Amino acid sequence: MSGPPLNWYLILSAVLFALGVAGFLFRKSIITIFMSIELMLNAVNLSFVAFSYQLKQVNGHVFAFFVMVVAAAEAAVGLAIILTVFKNRETLNVDQVNSMKY
Amino acid sequence: MHRLWLISALPFAGFLINGIFGRRFSKGVVNAIAIGSVLLSFVWALKTVLGLGEDRIFEHYFNWIVAGGLQVGCDFAVDRLTAVMLLVVTGVGSLIHIYSIGYMAHEGGYYRFFAYMNLFMFFMLTLVLAANYLLLFVGWEGVGLCSYLLIGFWFHKKSATDAGNKAFIVNRIGDFGFSLAMLMIVVSFGTLDFGRVFQAAATKPEAVLATIAMLLLVGACGKSAQFPLYVWLPDAMEGPTPVSALIHAATMVTAGVYMVARSFPIYLRAPAALEMVAYMGLFTAAFAATIGLAQNDIKKVFAYSTVSQLGYMFLGAGTGAFSAGIYHLMTHAFFKALLFLGAGSVIHALSGEQDMRNMGGLRKKIPVTFWTLMMAAISISGVPPFAGFFSKDAILVAAYQHAPWMYWVGTITAGLTAFYVFRAMFLTFFGEYRGHEHPHESPKVITIPLAVLAVLSVVGGFIRIPVWLEKIFPTAEAPENFSLVAISVAAGLIGIGIAYIMYIAKPGLADSVSSSLGGLYRLVYNKYFVDEIYDAAVVKPLVSGSRVVLWRGVDAGLIDGAVNGVGSTSQGLGGWLKLFQSGNIRSYATWVLFGSIILLLTLGLIGAVR
Repeated sequence: MSGPPLNWYLILSAVLFALGVAGFLFRKSIITIFMSIELMLNAVNLSFVAFSYQLKQVNGHVFAFFVMVVAAAEAAVGLAIILTVFKNRETLNVDQVNSMKY
Repeated sequence: MHRLWLISALPFAGFLINGIFGRRFSKGVVNAIAIGSVLLSFVWALKTVLGLGEDRIFEHYFNWIVAGGLQVGCDFAVDRLTAVMLLVVTGVGSLIHIYSIGYMAHEGGYYRFFAYMNLFMFFMLTLVLAANYLLLFVGWEGVGLCSYLLIGFWFHKKSATDAGNKAFIVNRIGDFGFSLAMLMIVVSFGTLDFGRVFQAAATKPEAVLATIAMLLLVGACGKSAQFPLYVWLPDAMEGPTPVSALIHAATMVTAGVYMVARSFPIYLRAPAALEMVAYMGLFTAAFAATIGLAQNDIKKVFAYSTVSQLGYMFLGAGTGAFSAGIYHLMTHAFFKALLFLGAGSVIHALSGEQDMRNMGGLRKKIPVTFWTLMMAAISISGVPPFAGFFSKDAILVAAYQHAPWMYWVGTITAGLTAFYVFRAMFLTFFGEYRGHEHPHESPKVITIPLAVLAVLSVVGGFIRIPVWLEKIFPTAEAPENFSLVAISVAAGLIGIGIAYIMYIAKPGLADSVSSSLGGLYRLVYNKYFVDEIYDAAVVKPLVSGSRVVLWRGVDAGLIDGAVNGVGSTSQGLGGWLKLFQSGNIRSYATWVLFGSIILLLTLGLIGAVR
């Protein structure tokens, strides 16, 4: 076996995921929030693939592909929503898109 | 086939026709249907009784209830006891129906009145013909219903509807006893059929029979207006006078006496209960007679008189002289129906006046009513050879054989009876007229029934009921005791004499006597305050208990409180939970984050434990 140990991949994955969460929570632009979600998905993908490689099993690879498919579908729908929101509200500040409440 | 069902079905047909279509009929058609059906029923009853031998006629129509071992059939039977009741009910009933044509001529709801009267006849005849306790109970409740409907006939009058309610509710107490008695009969005998119950009565323990007999007595006590459940009968006089005569004097109220006499095999084996019947009857007879002394409403006087005379019948039954009780039932039906119908004729003549203080001197103005009413008054006073003499005498002699003191109380009561009836007669027909109306004699349709009943009140005593019923009620041959008879007759005559002195010879005497008695007079005048006592002891606690505990406590407090509590609790909880729905995406995300952290921690902890 060659290459860096599994831990490194997992740490990188965790760091990327945490960055995604932080971005999701603290950024205001909807586009950035959307990108943070993609970041989290890819962080998870990374750990899937790392485990798959380590355990010599194909399941992780398959799962990574599923996640990509979902991410692509989500991008299509999500970007359409963002476009519509911008058309109607003329803003991408998430704090101003808060009319769905009690 | 005797087709006994025709006897009760005919009035029922009259009820259906008049009740459904009567509104569109003219009075003549209503009369023809109502009176025709009752008369036909009388004819059929007469034909049945004439064809009656020593044995009873029994007819089974269909099985009404079959439940496990219990079988209740729709059965009618006629024996000699039933025969007496049948003829009294249909005969007196026919006369009162005819009388009603005249009495109710100017009243609204004419067809309704006759429909109810026919319905009453149907239920009363079912009661009398029934061959088991349950069918008897059907008639029993049915006559109670008709009594309620007819007391409250003038339903726009609050006092009338109140009196109807009172009659119905007080009777519930008695009916409760009757129902319990029937349940006990089913449990211990396994049947409700008269024949089989009475046959098996000899084999049952006395305690069971005594309990059944006492419970039956409670039922009889309610229906026949005996102390302490008599309070509904005087109020029942709010109904039209023919109703008072038919239901509350001649027929329905005697149903209790009939039921006790019918159940005599049970009573004979439960001497304690039979003794109770005698005590209750005697006490009621004396008690009600004293109240009758001081009443001013002519119908109230006769109402208390009815209660008192029913007490006599129970005294007769209770001392073992069932046939004497039935004898008095029959003669009482004649003279008391006459007293009420006569009183109705007086009221009719005075356009609705019932207070005797506003009457007087009517002897010349309405002579037919006066003379017929006089026959009834003499008859109830027990003057020989009028009808009342024979039956009252039979009861008093039986009472003497049972216990002499009962005879003496009964005799004094007979004196009181004569006094209050003649007091009513003298106040109504003698002296100076004190009212303002212009009295007029009633039409023939009223006076002819009066005349027929007057004849029956005079000669009815010669229908020897004890002889007719000898096979059913084997009574010991009573020795002819001339002195006993003489004393009771003398008591009646003395009563009449005192009434004469107080109200005719010395008109001022009555007032001075009543004022000198003071408190005692007020006690009697106010009917011993029994209504007030019941009101304070039963009605008020029940009403206030219902209001405070059931309404304010259980209904408003518990039930409404629970429903409103569920509503307001979920509203409050929702008001707090809705704050989570802020519309702010980042707060949602924060909650998701917290949630997943807690989930991970929990899973980790469980994993650590494992």
